Amino acid sequence: MNAVTTPAAARELTTYVLRLADTSLVLAQRLSAWIGHGPAIEEDLGCANISLDLLGQARLLYAYAGELEGTGRTEDDFAYLREECDFLNATMAELPNGDFGQTIVRQCLLDLWRLELFEKLTQSTDTRLAQIAAKAVKEIRYHSRYSSGWLVRLGDGTDESHQRVATALVTLWPYVAEWFAADALEQALAERGVVPSVAAVQAGFEARLAPILREATLTRPSNVDYRWFGKRAQHSEHLSHLLAELQSLHRAHPGAQW
Amino acid sequence: MYTQGLQEAPPKAASAVEDSERMARFQARIDAEEKIEPKDWMPEAYRQTLIRQISQHAHSEIVGMLPEGHWISRAPSLLRKSILIAKVQDEGGHGAYLYSAAETLGIARSELIAQLLSGRAKYSSIFNYPTPTWADVAAIGWLVDGAAIMNQIPLCRCSYGPYARAMVRVCKEESFHQRQGYHAMLSLARGTPAQQRLAQNALNRWWWPALMMFGPPDTASQHTALSVRWKIKRFTNDELRQKFVDFTVPQALFLGLTVPDAQLRQAEDGHYQTGPLDWSEFNAVLKGNGPCNAERIAERREAHAAGAWVREAAIAHAAKRAARAVA
Amino acid sequence: MTPPQDWALYEVFVRAKRGLDHKHVGSLHAADAAMALEHARDLYTRRQEGVSLWVVKSADIVASAAEDAAAFFDPAEDKIYRHPTFYDIPKDVETL
Repeated sequence: MNAVTTPAAARELTTYVLRLADTSLVLAQRLSAWIGHGPAIEEDLGCANISLDLLGQARLLYAYAGELEGTGRTEDDFAYLREECDFLNATMAELPNGDFGQTIVRQCLLDLWRLELFEKLTQSTDTRLAQIAAKAVKEIRYHSRYSSGWLVRLGDGTDESHQRVATALVTLWPYVAEWFAADALEQALAERGVVPSVAAVQAGFEARLAPILREATLTRPSNVDYRWFGKRAQHSEHLSHLLAELQSLHRAHPGAQW
Repeated sequence: MYTQGLQEAPPKAASAVEDSERMARFQARIDAEEKIEPKDWMPEAYRQTLIRQISQHAHSEIVGMLPEGHWISRAPSLLRKSILIAKVQDEGGHGAYLYSAAETLGIARSELIAQLLSGRAKYSSIFNYPTPTWADVAAIGWLVDGAAIMNQIPLCRCSYGPYARAMVRVCKEESFHQRQGYHAMLSLARGTPAQQRLAQNALNRWWWPALMMFGPPDTASQHTALSVRWKIKRFTNDELRQKFVDFTVPQALFLGLTVPDAQLRQAEDGHYQTGPLDWSEFNAVLKGNGPCNAERIAERREAHAAGAWVREAAIAHAAKRAARAVA
Repeated sequence: MTPPQDWALYEVFVRAKRGLDHKHVGSLHAADAAMALEHARDLYTRRQEGVSLWVVKSADIVASAAEDAAAFFDPAEDKIYRHPTFYDIPKDVETL
């Protein structure tokens, strides 16, 4: 079954798919900076594997967005030739890596959210989206195992490591709010069963997070009011730097094949 | 990677107390193409030669992640980005396999890494050259990995079992590296005039350093003989270099690029003869005066230092967990 | 100052496909068993080399010593009657 029946519905789904794709791409871009710089060789390899999975997800999703849009835009058109104000990634993905602890906190939060989200997307009434989610969910399950394992080690490690991840958790927590502040687009898609309800995803996320924080001897920060809305292209000041680097070579050679 | 280290810091001479009978048995085993395994008796010089060679090889893989890794964030397409991540990741994997092989000789990885970071250990000088453009990444894959394969395939038959086995795995993966490099170079060579210029400039930068990866000429090489007798090394530097030139020149011609050697010519026997190599440059880079020696080590040191609290935390957590399991 | 402690060394065994034994492929460093398993996955199965992994602390492996090899293994050398080829059976006897 295909959930796209009208041009308006296609536009909505395209936007949603781009949110997912951009989050995968931007996070891959951040995480891949650890390759060659991790705390151990084995961690370089781990971060590389996760980055590769994320890039793979982004590529599948961009391909689908291009088809929905019907303009023939390719994955590279989406990744390299859009502006900051066109990107729809969750804001947390674009935040700088910080130390390994901050990277792990960011990764763990995003993994648990995306695990819950993609598991539910496998039930989407849009079969194509459901298929992409089914592939991605296996990957994200591994990612969350990796990141939550590290969060527990660092949270319940030394005083220093505990302090570092506790601080990172407080720093990053406000950016969680965006995921669970449903907007009109998400509500419309949820009503048609294309995407899960944001409330259901939030409940699942909290249920997954609680035991990990307990084991990591960390406290869930309180919710705060201030919110960022990368998913509506209202970004932190970090994204434009990230895109400048990501797109520089591609843009320097318009139309070139690589 | 390559084995330049064999040409300096000669191994300690076998001590007189070493049993000549055991020595004879050891050599007989090698002559019979039997492998030496970690717990076997071996001459101290054999052990030290291997530790040095394997660890230099491992260090080269780890440092080698950096010059190409700097282009991961700017790779010009999502496919090229994925390929480059997978490739640089493999280099890390190769480093890990090789440290693992070196550790079977009775030295800890932490000690080997300390040697690298303190500047006591060498790694392949090739990684002290810069990668100013995307085409350098392609050239590294094609030329540097190509030269590395040439060096490494014989090592799959090295007399020391763990090294030989690690090299089998490394070589399987390296052929992907060389092919992706050539493929990326082909895209540039068939691309816009600007891309073609990038490709030619990169070939100009990497051609001579790639030839020097095989080490000094046989006439100037001190340790080839012993390493050949012990079947650590099976071909001489010049033999491998010639093979590389013969393979690579036609590949460059296919790309429509010019090999930066006015004296290059094909002899009647089919082999390509190159002009003279500038060994003074090789020696300068080897002594630490290459364009990026200081930067590469500084980058490794910084990563190692920044990760110290993470490594300690993981150990502390494991200890807490073990204590709780007992309680 | 005491040098920082290294992560423990683990040996890695990979089952390439169902029906085959786990085979030793190398080693790695990890702070705990769960980490060792993840590192083994990332380090030794990047190209679908396996369907199952074992990791075991290198320190926990009990190995025969090289100098005992003769005492351990040479005595089997002359027990040629253990092998089916030792027995000459007339050609006419089938399916044996």
